[in-house]
Formats: sequence, structure tokens, C-alpha cells
Amino acid sequence: MINDPYQNRKYVIAAIIVGVILIYIIRLFSLQILETKYKEGAESNALLYKTVYASRGLIYDRDGKLLVYNKPAYDITVIMREVQNLDTLDFCRTLGISKEYFDTRIAEIKDTRRNRSYSSYTPQFFMTQLEMKDVAAFQQSNYKYPGFYIQNRTLREYTYQNAAHVLGSIGEVSRQQVEADSYYKQGDYAGRDGIEYAYEKELRGEKGVEILLRDSKGRIMGKYENGEFDESPVAGSDIKLTIDIELQRLGELLLSGKTGSIVAIEPASGEILAMVSHPTFDPSLLVGRERSKNYSELVSDKTQPLLNRATQGQYSPGSTFKILQALISLDMGGVSERTTFSCQGPDSRPIKCTHRHKSPVNIYDAIEQSCNPYFWNAFKNTLEIDGYGDRNEDFKKTYQIWEDKVKSFGLGSRIAGTDVYEQLGGDVPSGSYYTRYYGETGWRALTIRSLSIGQGELLVTPLQLANMTAAVANDGYYITPHLRKTDSLALKVNKVHIDNNKHFATVKEGMKRMVENTWNGKLYKVPGVDMGGKTGTVQNPHGEDHSLYVAFAPLHNPTIAIAAVIENAGFGASWAMPIANLMIEQYLFGEVKRKALLEEFINKTTNPDVKRY
Amino acid sequence: MSRDISIKQGIDWVTVFMYVVMVIAGWLSIYGASYDFDQSSIFDFGNRAGKQFVWILTAFGIAGLLMLIDDKVYNSIVSNFIYIAVTLLLIVTIFIAPDIKGSHSWIRLGSFLSIQPAEFAKIATALAVSRFLATNGKNMDWKNYVLLLGITLLPLVIIILQKETGSALVLLAFFLVFYREGMKGLILLLGVFAIVLFIVIVRFGEIPIQEGKSDLGIIIAFGAILLVQVVYAFFVQKAKKEALWLLGITIAIAAVTAIINIWIITSYNYAAYFAIAASVVYWVVIELVKHSRKFRGLILFIIGAVLFCFAADYIFDSILKPHQQTRIKVVLNMEDDLSGAGYNVNQSKIAIGSGGLLGKGFLNGTQTKLKYVPEQDTDFIFCTVGEEFGFVGSSLVLILFMVFLLRIIHIAERQRETFNRIYGYCVVSIFFFHIMVNIGMVLGLMPVIGIPLPFFSYGGSSLWAFTILLFILLRLDASRSSRVRYV
Repeated sequence: MINDPYQNRKYVIAAIIVGVILIYIIRLFSLQILETKYKEGAESNALLYKTVYASRGLIYDRDGKLLVYNKPAYDITVIMREVQNLDTLDFCRTLGISKEYFDTRIAEIKDTRRNRSYSSYTPQFFMTQLEMKDVAAFQQSNYKYPGFYIQNRTLREYTYQNAAHVLGSIGEVSRQQVEADSYYKQGDYAGRDGIEYAYEKELRGEKGVEILLRDSKGRIMGKYENGEFDESPVAGSDIKLTIDIELQRLGELLLSGKTGSIVAIEPASGEILAMVSHPTFDPSLLVGRERSKNYSELVSDKTQPLLNRATQGQYSPGSTFKILQALISLDMGGVSERTTFSCQGPDSRPIKCTHRHKSPVNIYDAIEQSCNPYFWNAFKNTLEIDGYGDRNEDFKKTYQIWEDKVKSFGLGSRIAGTDVYEQLGGDVPSGSYYTRYYGETGWRALTIRSLSIGQGELLVTPLQLANMTAAVANDGYYITPHLRKTDSLALKVNKVHIDNNKHFATVKEGMKRMVENTWNGKLYKVPGVDMGGKTGTVQNPHGEDHSLYVAFAPLHNPTIAIAAVIENAGFGASWAMPIANLMIEQYLFGEVKRKALLEEFINKTTNPDVKRY
Repeated sequence: MSRDISIKQGIDWVTVFMYVVMVIAGWLSIYGASYDFDQSSIFDFGNRAGKQFVWILTAFGIAGLLMLIDDKVYNSIVSNFIYIAVTLLLIVTIFIAPDIKGSHSWIRLGSFLSIQPAEFAKIATALAVSRFLATNGKNMDWKNYVLLLGITLLPLVIIILQKETGSALVLLAFFLVFYREGMKGLILLLGVFAIVLFIVIVRFGEIPIQEGKSDLGIIIAFGAILLVQVVYAFFVQKAKKEALWLLGITIAIAAVTAIINIWIITSYNYAAYFAIAASVVYWVVIELVKHSRKFRGLILFIIGAVLFCFAADYIFDSILKPHQQTRIKVVLNMEDDLSGAGYNVNQSKIAIGSGGLLGKGFLNGTQTKLKYVPEQDTDFIFCTVGEEFGFVGSSLVLILFMVFLLRIIHIAERQRETFNRIYGYCVVSIFFFHIMVNIGMVLGLMPVIGIPLPFFSYGGSSLWAFTILLFILLRLDASRSSRVRYV
């Protein structure tokens, strides 16, 4: 106090405070008194902010064929505060709705627990997704219903009735979405699944806003400030898919009356050419006012048309897994090209053979004939290559290498870094899983023998199976499979863990012989094309065996790798193989010449409950 | 008993009155902001106004309790403990707070109540700073300067880590306290000059001239640095001849560049670099020739300012996050961005502007009520005042704030104990910073920085914190007369 040389600084501080307050008062004066553009609105006028929706991006197939576009739709909104002297009966008649419906809707709008953003001053959605014919009468007599407005929207329309699982659908945003992303307002639409979900941000564009002047009675007096503050919407970006819509269509047709899935991939680019899941439905069913009705019908169908079997169906790979078994056994040194094992047919132990063929067999014969005893012996030799060790540790180490190699083909977990959503991961059991189950020393090659023929705990999705085939077709790598056509240089190359690439030639030779030497292979082979394939027939508790088949073609520089799963159909060679081969024919030649075969398989039925939506 | 009476007599009822008026005005504004056609009562606990009523009652209770606490506890080790406890709480908050719009600053206590420790960090820091300066103010060596800065900036850093940049920046207000307590005024001026340079670089840096070969921001900034040199040499050091020579050299360099430009396009940036380099050499030569030390500070200033200019671009582009960049661009009129950061400010300007002279009347505001203005009952509450009470009403609120701040300065200055005075200035500075930044933001004069307007913005944590901050001072002030008798 006595010794306070800086006392006068209180004046400086006070001056700063007074100065800032003065500047603010001047600013207020300029905003509130001098600027006329704000004052005009002050005479009890208010502004009406009208959202102008952006048109959503279009979706094309790999050849530029238009798949998804937009059609106009209309929403009727209401500003409760402006509703006056409404002749409810007349209003309902014009819109073709019942008085009860009207009352329920108004009650729902006013319920602030369900409609959190409710304000009687702002537009609320009364009815949405109407077509022109529904609103034509209303539009003409709109003047009779103050407070009700028509808002333009767009809805999705589809050129083809196919690829519903790939494209996905659009639905009203949930409250969580509104809270998480400030772009959305209650009543907006956003992609829910498939491509519509994966590329929502690109497809949606940017909403615009139109600011209109309203007088105190709610009449529109024109644009505020001549539209100076308006924002025009920015249309969403278009997206080109890797899907070949003709191939996709054929796939869906071929699966008529059956449940199952077909996935085709271009090995060199990882582009998914077709991703069929059957039963399927017309994507336009999930658009517009009928959406919820159709949706509940699809949900209650026991054949699960909404399930994307291509990415979410998990199956035992069965004998198709012998391709990997052969590769890994060769690579780890469990067998060589010259190794042979004898086969006693149905009398073989511990796994019997389901085919009758010559004995002993080498690896080429084994792949050709899908000989179970060969693969059991190869599996055993491979896993026991370093013995078991005192506490099983050597065996477990070997198993871990085996497991790693299997997983390197994209099995056992969701394929990462792709735009294919809604995947399940399948299963490649880990060593620790068996240890937990059987104890440290309780499991040996014999314990897990089912793995050698692709059964047991192993599970794969058709997408994983097709991707695995692509990796074989590529002699040792796969490009992350994806649905959007992009510059393939930017895509991730995943190398599989096979040390010596020459083994791919061996396995491919076996797959070629399967096609060329077996009865059905010869019968269903795509004429004029060298190709490789492998069938699988998988027992399951729900009736007939699942029929599986993987293939690639042509043999040299393959352009397509395919996997097909037909549920409860029977032998792989009698269902999945012909169906997949017809797909290959369509892709390689642009048409199917074997019309009789085509007809036959379109008409064959495995599940009478499967409906066409 | 006699003590109670003396405290009652000592209470500064003028400030208490202003406090009550502001809190109630704030409450009515919140009601106005969230008022809806169908909404009924200001006491309805389902809405914000009703909840604020509870916060106000509890704040009054807190104020009353604070008056009962012995004033001697503050200038003691207790303040240090409060500071340490709050700092620890701030750190813990980072880890346990849920993610609310990217920030981790709210601790949930049950489903109804959340508190924001950052609001209370101001009080703790004010107490700690006051105690430190009151104890060590007379012998400040470099160690003490570092400690003081550390006490002030530690909470700032932690709060930034909570992603609450706005609340963190409030702690910069303490520099006003340091100024009152003897920090060189030059530091404040340098701070202001740095802000000016930053704005110039960002605002003009994007305007291409000479086919993009020159950076207008750098040219103006360097021009300003040269001008400061001339003014400083001329008026402060009275070295008139040297100052005029420097002015002449600079003009000559600019003129030569202009002439060269007639034939070949030569970037003015080179001229600016050259002129600045020349000025440094110029002062160094003068120092050496005259064996003086007069311009040593100036030379350091030039080098520092030039480095800062080059760093400004980097700070803006790399350290600030995109949304912060947009907020600054919006306030500098470089970008409209009506859907993002610009939307709030544009809407708030329309709302305030539409208020006119007298406003639309209580509860008649349409702009705020139509929910066009986001955060209308928290950070943008001043909009409601502007729209419903017009120029007259909002100016009155500003003047009320001004009188309130000046009153606290008055209270601070009449304290006999250094601790009390410093604490008083902490209170002024914090309130001033909040008012300046919040209303500046609403008026479009400051970038959008989310901090509450004292007593007006909805929220329990901030109301409690402001109340505690103020009433500790009023309690200290109340004993001022009683203390005299015992001395």
C-alpha cells in the first residue's frame, strides 16, 4: 500500500475495460440501428429456412451402366403455430388420409419425448416420401391450409432389380446419428448398409438452404436479401462399382429356388465382379412409403432374404480347403511333388475316402480325386515335422506356422480396409483355442484331423473363399477385394505366406486335372477355356450337404476367380460347379451359349420356400 | 456476534446488488431463449430455465456460506492445497470424463449432474497466484518468475489436453494482474503487436498480388516492424536523425523495387526482406560506431518479430485445427462458411440486428426461439438479449458489466493487504476476459471461442464458479474494516 509504485496502472486497466465496452456498444449500434438489412426482419417478420436437399450421387456398374438414380418425392411439413381454421375433414380428403391418421400424426409431432427437436415455430414432418400423384390435389389447394408446406425430396430408383445386398438401402437417420454428426437433422435420410452406407459422405453431397421472408401471418414474402444468404446444394458424387451387372443378374437368376451365394473377383485387381446372395429382393422395395411394410415382410421370411450370405454366411470350406492344405504341406516340407500315400477307399483310417480311385496317389491325383487319406497324411506329416516335444511345444509351434499361413490367405477374420461392410470373419482356430479345450498336451495331429479336409472348426464366408482362390490364381498374393472402381495402383497388395512360389504351379496343375479328368468336370467345363477348379461337399446338420466349388479361369493369366456355395443341394460337382462355370462363361464371353444347361439350373430347386421378391 | 455484525456492515452491497440483477437477467434470458409457444412455466424443471433456477438458488446458498468462512484461510497454505487438489482433479478428468463432442472435461456425478472442473481451475489459480505474489512479490528473481508462470500455465496446458481450448485461454487473463503488479507494460504491448502481426499475416497472406509472386501479409507485417522501429527511435530514444535516415532508406528500397517492376516483375517480398535485413545492419553499425547500447533491445525485437512472422503461417496451418482455422477466417471476413462456424456467427448477427432499437420484447424474439442460433442459451445467450431488448437493452447490459468491473477494481484498490488486492485483480481479469471474448464472439468481432458469459449463460458449473470467485473477494473485503481495529 505504502510501497506501491504501480498504483496508477489501475487507470490503464480501467481504460482498457471502458475502451472494449465502448467498441462493443458501437458495434451494437451499427448492427442494430445502422444496418438496415437486419431491421427489415425486425418488424415481427421472421425468416423461413427451407432446406434444399442435394441430389444423391448416382451409382454405375463397371461398364458404366446406370444402376441407381433419383426420382422426385415430396414431404409435407407443418409449422404448428401457423395452423389456423383448418378444415380437417377437407384436408384429409385432399390428402387421402383418415381423420384418425391425422390425429395420430399431430399427436406424435407434438410429443416432445419422441420428437425432441419439436418447436411450434419450425417445420415438422407431417407426411414423407409422397409421390406427385399423392400431392397434386394438395398442391393446388395449399392456400386453404396455412401452416402446411410441400418440400421437395428425392428417392432412390433402380434400373435393375438386382444387387440389393451390394447397393444397400437408405433410411431415416436415427437420433444417435443426428447427435453424432451435425450434418443430419431429424427426418433426413442416410445410407444404412452396403454401398449407400460405405460411401454415404460422398453420395449425400451438401444440403443447401433457402431463406425466405415471412410476414407475421406466415405468408411468404419472397427471398430474404435477394438470396444473398442462401446456399445452393452441392450434388453428391457419382460412384462407379466393380460389379458387372449382367454377371450379377445371371448369378441371381441361377440361384432361383436355391439358397446360397456366388462371389466372383478379378484376381489382378481385387475387383469384385459379382457378389450374389440368394434369396434376394428387389432393392426398390425398401424405398418410399412401402419401405416399412416390405421390410417387415422380408425380416419375417425364414429363408432370410435380408442376410448377405456372401459376406455373412459362414460355411465349412470342405474339400475346397484342400487347395491350401496342398500348398502349405508342400511349403512346410510335409510332402513333395513325388510323395505318395495309399488309399483304401471307404476303409481308410482315420478318415475314409469318399471317392473310388487308383492307389497310391500323389498330390496331383489327390487334388483331382479329392482324396481324404492323402490330405490327412500330408497334414499329419506337416504338423509332426519337428515332432511333438516333451510338452507338445514343438507341435504347437508348427501348428502356429500352419495357422499363420492359412490366415495369410485372408481367412479367419474380416477382410480389412475394404468397402465391403457387414462382413463376418469366419474362423481359423488358434493353437491356444485347442489348448484351452484339450489341455497343453491333450491335442495332436490326430485330434484335429478334421481340419485336413476343411471341416471341424474351420469356417469361411463365400467372399473369403473367392478371395483365397484369387490369391492362388495370382500365384501368391491378393489385392484387397473391393466394390468401388478405383485406380488399382493405390490398392493394398497382400502377400500370402508361401515361401516357394513354384508350389502354386503344382496345385494349379491338380486343379486343372480335376476339371479335365473327372466325369462332372468334363461335363460342365467351360468349352474352349483352360481352367482350374476344386469342389467341396460339406455335411451339415440341416439336411442335404452344402455344395461348394471354387475355380479360376483362364489357367494362364486368370481374369476371374469364383466361389459358389449352394446350401443343402448335394455334391459340389453337381450343383456349385456347373453354376459357377456358367458364370465364368458369361464373364469370359459376354453370353452363355449352353442355353439348355442354363435353363436346367435356373429351374432346379433345392428349397421350395425361397420366394422371389 | 459482534464479528457477524461487522461482516454484514463490511459487505459491499452495491456489488451484491449488481450480482443479483445480472443473475436474474440471465435467468430471464435463458427462459427467453428456450421459451416455446407451448411451454408453460419458468419454474418447469424439464426446461433449462427451471434448471437454472435451481443453480441460482444453490449459488445464493454458496455465496452465503462463503461469507461465514474465516477470511484468513485464503492467504495461507490452504490456497496452495486448493490449487494442487484442483490441478490433480483436472488431470484425472482427462481420463475419466466421457467424450462430449470431442472434449473430455465433464465429470458425471449421477445421471442428472455433471461438473466441469476447468471452471473451478480459475478460482484455484487466482488464489495460488495471489498467494505467491503476495509472499514473493518483493523479491522476484528469475526462479520466481518461472514458478509464477508455471502456476499460471500448468492448468492451461491440462485444460487444453481436455480439448477445452476456450476455458484454457481464460488463464491468459492473469497477465493483466501481472501488469498491475509491476510486469513491464512493454510485454503487454508486445503481446498486442504479436496478435496484430498474426492477423496481418493470416488475413493478407492469402491475397495474391503480382501474380502470386508476393505475399501481401509479409510485406505489410515487415512494413509494420519497420514503422515501429522508426517510431521507437524517434519518440522513445529521441534519436531523430537516425530514425529519419531509416525511414528514408526504407522508402528508397520500396521505390527502387517499384521502378524495377516497370520492366520485370520482381517480388516485393525481396524488398521487404532486404529492408528488414538492412535495418538490423543499420542499428548494429550505429551501436558499434557510437559504442552505445541504446538499440540493443530494438535489434532483438526486430529479429524476434521476423521469426514470429515466419512462424505465424506455420502456427496457423499446422498447429491450429481446421475448425479453429475456419473460426479465425470467419471473424477476419475471409470465409463465409455459412453452414459451419460462420453459421453461428451469421445467425447471431441476424438475431441481434433484428432487435433494432428497442427489441421485439420479452419472449417475442423469433430468431433465437426458432432455434436458428445454436447454443442460444449457453455461449450465444447475448443474442437473446440483443433480439428481445434491442440496442437499449443490450447496451444497458454492457454498461452494467462495465460498472461491475470498475467496482471490483475499486474494491481491489481499497484493500490493505497485498494478497487481497491481487486476488481482486484476478477476479476483474477473469470476468473481463469472459465478457470480452464471449460478447466479441457473438458480435462477430472475435473468433468463436466457447466460453460462457458470466451470470447469463446456462450452466451450473460456471454460475457456481463465478459466484465463488466473486464472493471470496467480497468476504475478504468485508473484513477490511474489522481488521483495522485489532492492528
